[in-house]
Amino acid sequence: MEAYFDNSATTRVMDEVAEMMVKVMREDYGNPSARHRKGVDAEHYIKEARAQIAHTLRVQEKEIIFTSGGTESNNLALIGAAAANCRAGKHIISTRIEHASVYQPLAWLEGQGFSVTYLSVDKDGHVSLKELAEAIRPDTILVSVMYVNNEIGAVQPIEAISQVIRGKTPSALFHVDAIQAYGKYEIRPKKQGIDLLSVSGHKFHGPKGVGFLFVREGVKIKPILYGGGQQKDMRSGTENVPGIAGIGIAAKEIYQHFSENLSHILELKDYLTERLMELDGVVLNSKKGQESAPQIVSASFQGVRSEVLLHALEDKGIYISSGSACSSNHPAISGTLKAIGVKPELLDSTLRFSFGIWNTKEEIDYAAETLKELLPVLRRYRRG
Amino acid sequence: MNYQSLLIKYAEIGIKGKNRYLFEDALVKQIRFALKPIEGSFVVSKESGRIYANAEAPFELDDAVEALGRVFGISGICPMVQVDDLGFEALKDEVIRYLEQVYPKKDFTFKVNARRANKNYPMTSEEINCALGEAVLNAFPETKVDVHHPQVMLHVEIRSRINLYSQVIPGPGGMPVGTNGRAMLLLSGGIDSPVAGYMIAKRGVVIEAVYFHAPPYTSDRAKEKVVDLARLVARYAGPIKLHIVNFTDIQLYIYDQCPHEELTIIMRRYMMRIAEQIAQKEKCQALITGESIGQVASQTVQSLAATNEVCTMPVFRPVIGFDKQEIVDISEKIGTFETSIQPFEDCCTIFVAKHPVTKPNIHMIHRSEEKLAERIEEMVRTAVEGSEVVVCQ
Repeated sequence: MEAYFDNSATTRVMDEVAEMMVKVMREDYGNPSARHRKGVDAEHYIKEARAQIAHTLRVQEKEIIFTSGGTESNNLALIGAAAANCRAGKHIISTRIEHASVYQPLAWLEGQGFSVTYLSVDKDGHVSLKELAEAIRPDTILVSVMYVNNEIGAVQPIEAISQVIRGKTPSALFHVDAIQAYGKYEIRPKKQGIDLLSVSGHKFHGPKGVGFLFVREGVKIKPILYGGGQQKDMRSGTENVPGIAGIGIAAKEIYQHFSENLSHILELKDYLTERLMELDGVVLNSKKGQESAPQIVSASFQGVRSEVLLHALEDKGIYISSGSACSSNHPAISGTLKAIGVKPELLDSTLRFSFGIWNTKEEIDYAAETLKELLPVLRRYRRG
Repeated sequence: MNYQSLLIKYAEIGIKGKNRYLFEDALVKQIRFALKPIEGSFVVSKESGRIYANAEAPFELDDAVEALGRVFGISGICPMVQVDDLGFEALKDEVIRYLEQVYPKKDFTFKVNARRANKNYPMTSEEINCALGEAVLNAFPETKVDVHHPQVMLHVEIRSRINLYSQVIPGPGGMPVGTNGRAMLLLSGGIDSPVAGYMIAKRGVVIEAVYFHAPPYTSDRAKEKVVDLARLVARYAGPIKLHIVNFTDIQLYIYDQCPHEELTIIMRRYMMRIAEQIAQKEKCQALITGESIGQVASQTVQSLAATNEVCTMPVFRPVIGFDKQEIVDISEKIGTFETSIQPFEDCCTIFVAKHPVTKPNIHMIHRSEEKLAERIEEMVRTAVEGSEVVVCQ
């Protein structure tokens, strides 16, 4: 049996998405900027995808900029907003549990003379609105907070954060990294007071290499790529038409069946949580049910190194990630886990299970049974 | 400068007596192999005790030198210009043009060294030397002749065409791979073992390698890393047959049966035994390790003696007396360092004791190993027979 529980790292694309992409690559391969019919045909796919995506957020089509994925969306939002607004101030606020694609552009901006305040989080991974209110200054130009944390699934109170910002410095922009949230939450940027929102295609059964940034009408950002002036100068470069067509379909599909998808994934989460609690020496880092993201279960396994457990599970066809997949290349221990106060001896014993729409309860049973067999053996052999 | 040919010099082969042709042929073969991927359509030939690589198409000198820099046995590479024999006046012009382009500053001392393979040439070597020397002095008044220690030794070889060269780019030295037997390298993924393999290959030895894989304690990426390292060493040593041995069961069995402080030593002894068995099957005559005295607990002299005891083949430890930094320097030079420092756990450290023995008592080790008697032979056989082979090139 194979059980893929690493959907927060990436997902398998939907068949409709793959078929659409093949069609675009083989038949409608024109450059959307070309004047001839091949170009016009290609441009239609972009318009269609833009409309599909705008509809899922209930925003205008012109507020969507296609990018190469989550990292570029975050870079464009942060560096673009800082560059466009640096006359108004040079202060930025973010949190201690952001993804590297937020954290690194901010570190670069710090080198360019911006100052960044990083908010701490409580044991559930939530920022404190009080701390946020205290951090906001008249020269604060940007606040960047992730919607769903990629390691433990903590969900931030987006609307309340926006209200705090508006109450203190209304001109400050609010960027939300929604890369783990899109497809799992009904996001309404207008209602929630979001100015900039980053999304990546491959986290919700769309293709890799494509994502988008929502930029609210009237919000000024500067481009980070210069060239042919595509997408109204905001993102030069020939559009990735197959990818864009693919992400459009994935967005449409995931929200067309939103409630079924969500209740299925929540059911899986509750079931896995229950099965994990039957095992000895397991500590849950994510919250149960709807108190945290539906697709993420983070658990620490006492006395077992996550790397070893990961490979032992892999051997049985079960794919999970240790900490967060994106940073797993570096054996650096998770910043988020530390930030929420996971005990030092458990930091290196933590696994993240993340679900996609095709996971099943049988797969969870298989994983739970496998863990039950493996854990005692792995605990017997240890270093030191 | 537009070079058409490379003269390749070799050192130690010259002293090999009647076996010399074997060494030369091996070197020619390695040179052909190294130049194959380089633009230039090189034709490599052996002519009266020298090796030439003639380019039939334009080539980048740097690329060719880099490729030849990985061929053991080469002591120097001389980029040559070839001109047609259109009379002595024309030759003078060519020599002047050559020096003009190769040496931007003309304040050097020089000597002309002519050789005639074509004895029908109307001038003797000595006459050519004098006449060309004069022509150079006239063309570049800042130059001086120095027949004892010239800064520029200008070689003029009169053959069917005329070869001009004056630069000698150092090669890696050593002996051509394939001229000195075959040895099995214990390749771990660290910094030392690829360097050890490189050093033995440099003496002309064909290298095979064995890697001990311990899933799930070591990952497939660690294995990939070792394959990458073997590929890097293979750039010098030629294709390396890498034997991947699953060591997990043996390790856990030792863990269960023997004192924990002796785990590493006993494990190393079984690694050597397995490596030797595979080496025998592969017709290798020696083992190679990257051990260096005192680097870790298993590399004290006492520990080395304890691991060495199980081997009947000679064990080559070319970095035994090197400091870590000296090994690092070589690994940087040969391009394995970057890969070696990727942080993946290897099987030596996964169960390491807090205080492993540093001065193992051989009698106690023997007694501990007796506790493995029941199953170990069978496990070793399974490990050897089940090893996976990857050819790295």
